[in-house]
Amino acid sequence: MQPVLVTGVGAVTPLGVGARALHERWSAGVCAVRDGEAPCADFDPRDFLTAKESRRADRFTQLALAACEEALADASWSDELPYDARRIGCVLGTGIGGISTLVDGQDTLRERGAGSVSPLAVPLMMSNAGAGALSMRYGLRGPSYAVSSACASGAHALGCALRMLQNGEADAVVAGGSEAGLTPLARAAFSSLDALSVSGISRPFDARRDGFVMGEGAAVLVLERGEDARARGARALGVIRGYGASSDAFHLTAPREDGAGQAEAMTTALADAGVAAEEIDYVNAHGTSTPLNDRAETSAIKLALGEHAKRIPVSSTKSAIGHLLGAAGAVEAVATLLALRDRIAPPTLGLSEPDEGLDLDYVPGAARPLQGGAERPALALSNSFGFGGHNAVLCLEAA
Amino acid sequence: MSTAVTEEQIEKLVVESLETFGADPGEISREATFEALDIDSLDLAELSQIVHEQFDVELKGSDVAEVKTVEDAVKLIASRV
Repeated sequence: MQPVLVTGVGAVTPLGVGARALHERWSAGVCAVRDGEAPCADFDPRDFLTAKESRRADRFTQLALAACEEALADASWSDELPYDARRIGCVLGTGIGGISTLVDGQDTLRERGAGSVSPLAVPLMMSNAGAGALSMRYGLRGPSYAVSSACASGAHALGCALRMLQNGEADAVVAGGSEAGLTPLARAAFSSLDALSVSGISRPFDARRDGFVMGEGAAVLVLERGEDARARGARALGVIRGYGASSDAFHLTAPREDGAGQAEAMTTALADAGVAAEEIDYVNAHGTSTPLNDRAETSAIKLALGEHAKRIPVSSTKSAIGHLLGAAGAVEAVATLLALRDRIAPPTLGLSEPDEGLDLDYVPGAARPLQGGAERPALALSNSFGFGGHNAVLCLEAA
Repeated sequence: MSTAVTEEQIEKLVVESLETFGADPGEISREATFEALDIDSLDLAELSQIVHEQFDVELKGSDVAEVKTVEDAVKLIASRV
């Protein structure tokens, strides 16, 4: 089967606008968490959208549009689409969708009555609004839809895109994830679950970790089959080697303590990629900074990789940008690909004392070069797990 | 209220609404078509809602579907207040 290449990436994250800002600042040890949250403070939708486009898009869609613009430019798609538009798909993950629009609509309903609720409320809040907006703005006329599996959405979206290309349903897919949930409602709801950090610090795997820090953002990747990409002279950033998905079938919010469901997704991704556990150079962990996830995930990594788990670096992007929920899987795929390209393992920030029993190499402090020879491109697994027991893992390789 | 509403007031509200929807202020005139102003069915649904709130005039989808220009809209609303 032909490899599926990543030929363009774009991201808007709390570390700044652009995939480069994400990669360079995280690798340099910059943490974007401020007052217990990680907003995209540098993002101004007016830099990317007309007034009309802006008011036709919830913030989660605005973030996705900005990330997509960067990704298409990075893939040299800006002037014209390199494939028949009917053969270009679009899959965008989101955990919640347009929650700000939903809340505004509810406020209007209460304060001013049903007749004042905006006709734009539904088309902005629907979870597929982002996928629809990308399709419309760039004239992508192949299959397009949203994927929703809470905090695994972004990774599932990339998995769907990979399969769409492998099955021949499309010649290229624009895929990623987006989330803009920094609202009082989401804050209150996650707090009630004891999921949010009370200290306001994201420190995955640390003994003092007390929950996740909510962030927002988006990432979009351009995927094409190898032969097609080469034929048009595209530059490849990396390869999506494999994808594995599983379900815990255990609990609405808690992972299985033994990590077996998560390990199943990791093992499936390795098999799908045709890669042995010993070939993996780095694991980009889901690493939420919640007591339950980081323990279960550590077990899962050991189950899936065996003794090799202790020999390789494992780090969490969420230590730098918080938890981007439905965007996390896509943003972390971008961060992982750029780290593999540079053959480094970016650090798990805020980690000074790993919790008892959490005994992997979590890369505390500073980024570190990947071990192993440079004779072959570096390989990584990127883990994403969502409420509902959804597990999605990508096997990524540098170009 | 209805007797006090002038066509000028209606036009002012329509123009302000169109600007809010993202139409280029320099392009807005009584003769301008909604198509040229990139004003679509969702914008007209919003305009109907604003008109209802301001002037208590109910515009149905079938009414609005016939409206092609700014002047059409102003005259339609004026005929209902």
